[in-house]
Amino acid sequence: MNSSAAPTRRQLHPPPAPASPFPYNPGSLLSASDLSLEEISGILSRATALEGQDPLTRAKILAKRRVALLFYESSTRTRTSFELAAKALGADTTLVSSLSSSIEKGETLKDTGLTLRALGAEAIILRHSSSGAPWLLEAETKLPVLNAGDGMHEHPTQALLDLRTILTHLRSGVEAVDAETLAGVTVSITGDILHSRVARSNMLLLPRLGARVLLCGPKELLPELAAQVGPGIFIERDFETALKQSQAIMMLRIQGERLAGLQLDLEQYKAAYQLTGPRLAALAPQAIVMHPGPIIRGLEVTAGVADGPQSVILEQVKNGVAIRMAMVERALLSGTLAGTHEGGR
Amino acid sequence: MSALVIRGGHLIDPGAGVDALKDVLLKDGHVAEIAAPGKLKLANGAQVLDATGLTVAPGLIDMHVHLREPGQGYKETIATGTAAAAAGGFTSVAAMPNTRPVNDSVETTRWMQSPERGGVVRVFPIAAATRGSKGETINDFAALKSAGAVAVSDDGLPILKDGVMRETLAAAARVGLTVIQHAEDTRMTHGAGWVASMNAGPTAFKLGLRGMSNEAESSIVERDIRLVQDLRDARVHLHVAHISTAAALAAVRQARRNGLRVTCEVAPHHFLLTDEHVGQYNTHAKMCPPLRAAADRDAMIEGILDGVVDAIATDHAPHAVHEKEVEFEHAPNGITGLETALGLSLRWLHKEAKLPLGRVLSLLSAQPAALLNLKGRGSLAVGSFADVVVFDPKAEWVYSAREGKSKSRNTPFDGWTMQGKVRWTISEGRIAYDSDGA
Repeated sequence: MNSSAAPTRRQLHPPPAPASPFPYNPGSLLSASDLSLEEISGILSRATALEGQDPLTRAKILAKRRVALLFYESSTRTRTSFELAAKALGADTTLVSSLSSSIEKGETLKDTGLTLRALGAEAIILRHSSSGAPWLLEAETKLPVLNAGDGMHEHPTQALLDLRTILTHLRSGVEAVDAETLAGVTVSITGDILHSRVARSNMLLLPRLGARVLLCGPKELLPELAAQVGPGIFIERDFETALKQSQAIMMLRIQGERLAGLQLDLEQYKAAYQLTGPRLAALAPQAIVMHPGPIIRGLEVTAGVADGPQSVILEQVKNGVAIRMAMVERALLSGTLAGTHEGGR
Repeated sequence: MSALVIRGGHLIDPGAGVDALKDVLLKDGHVAEIAAPGKLKLANGAQVLDATGLTVAPGLIDMHVHLREPGQGYKETIATGTAAAAAGGFTSVAAMPNTRPVNDSVETTRWMQSPERGGVVRVFPIAAATRGSKGETINDFAALKSAGAVAVSDDGLPILKDGVMRETLAAAARVGLTVIQHAEDTRMTHGAGWVASMNAGPTAFKLGLRGMSNEAESSIVERDIRLVQDLRDARVHLHVAHISTAAALAAVRQARRNGLRVTCEVAPHHFLLTDEHVGQYNTHAKMCPPLRAAADRDAMIEGILDGVVDAIATDHAPHAVHEKEVEFEHAPNGITGLETALGLSLRWLHKEAKLPLGRVLSLLSAQPAALLNLKGRGSLAVGSFADVVVFDPKAEWVYSAREGKSKSRNTPFDGWTMQGKVRWTISEGRIAYDSDGA
């Protein structure tokens, strides 16, 4: 009926998605994109200062403050370095892992978070297998939440420690960063991009300092749309072409636990993407070799490369403690909400 | 039963081709008389509702809701779900069978329609197509139809096996029932230890969530259309539930050109929202099929405007607060919709897209009535059921989920401006909703 009405409009512009209310707490770090370049500069310089400080003086900064480490996934580097970082500043830490806690009995993330808050936790460091879990925890507890890796999503402190490592080697340790600091630098990230939270956080962080991020891997592990995550991200399927352009080479582990039935011919994978001594010597003799760990020697990198002179893998681990000291300090000292300090003495 | 006069309103009854000021007399649950203002002959002693300045239309029909009973009364009951329906202007709702137990029996189909459930509008059960909705053994459609089922569907769980789907279409056609398919190839959206939780695309990649591809929907729609084609039986009626992708809609459009009886419905969230509304893991933007890309959203509007979309249906899917306060990938699919469908359709399809009011109302009443073959509903011709909605078509209001009648509040439309405020909803002659209370 009524064909003589006003012409219809085929495109509507309903209200856009509402602006993100996150993070609720200024001490939180949920995503690498939460931080301004100014804040990143501050964190880098604070990491250096804390690292160089006398341990006894440093231990007074957060003396007897309470930090909970809530780990739903196994972890060596991240958990230990967060714990050492918090303890280095004098904080009391408690570890809650999914095994050996009421999580096994079906307690939800919300209830676990509220319980930790009631026990006096002033900040929660969360590692979780579900993407987005830190957002839920922060919304429910309003505590500072540090994302120590959520599913396939992000691992922002890893990106910060990677940045510190890159700056040390390629920009002689500069700390005051801006949009040009890494201009001219290409960082390649090779391997299982699809399942990698390290890749996502680095993709969001490094281009903001001017770096070009080159993603490399087979289609099953690197969908074309990965380049749409943000500006400065490009895809290069050929590993050797990627290596030739890289000043920093980041290798990723094949995440067997997240492949979810994906069939991958590992021999073919190694032939195409393994970082070997000869490849490195021929194509990128000056580049630094990075890996967020854990490494599967003989798969994505050979043992010789992992232990070789271009490898900065253990330096990354060491930088983890410095960066996480700065992040734990920021979590507890930057504009904390009223009523969360009872744990302090 | 007492009589009701709706006086002074503007009657829009697209099914009967009426668009004029009329007085309407309802008596004994039916429309008794329609006359020019002040000209009713049989209205003596009737209760009068003054509809001056308001639109009077056939009660709305939602052919896709989840009322959660039997079995999940903590999410919704037939009483609360139909109260929400009435508040939204609906006088008939077709209830999907994914209850506990699955409605695959005459007993459950009858139980849902019993007056003891406290429904304030008419509930039409859609029975499961297969035993337990497991996609293997076809139910007794003739028996289910006599018990009151208006269609068959395994909603939420598509019928994947070609042979079972073919037999379902054929068996339903023999008894004159529509087959409603939730088109999702679950082999593409589920894997070992994972279930995709949003639309596949750049947003899902960025959020680190596993995505449901457009093909997971369109491939099933295309397969089902091939089965309808092969059956060469004009009685076969395939209805695609909550269609959400441009590709699936194109397949339906082509099937119609080929003369097949293939129809589809669109939910308001699929013509209004995109996958960007997932934001930072907002579980109130999680449903299945998921919110899609802008191009798909625009294709839904296009399909509504050009007529390939046959109905607007809400897929009203209430869930308790605690069920949605979990990790995104663990949250159940679905949002409520009964109390927002009219307000969103008038605000966006009528006011913004300039779709004539009669067409919007037809998508919400006459057309779904025809799809489900609901006799005497979807129009207010004399003799029809006295199912009426009276609303102010110009009134703008802000929806607050907290104040809703549904037991649940899982909606992405909380705080949205709606157009068209329901004044009364009348179900078979009884006032089921009155905005002044009652």
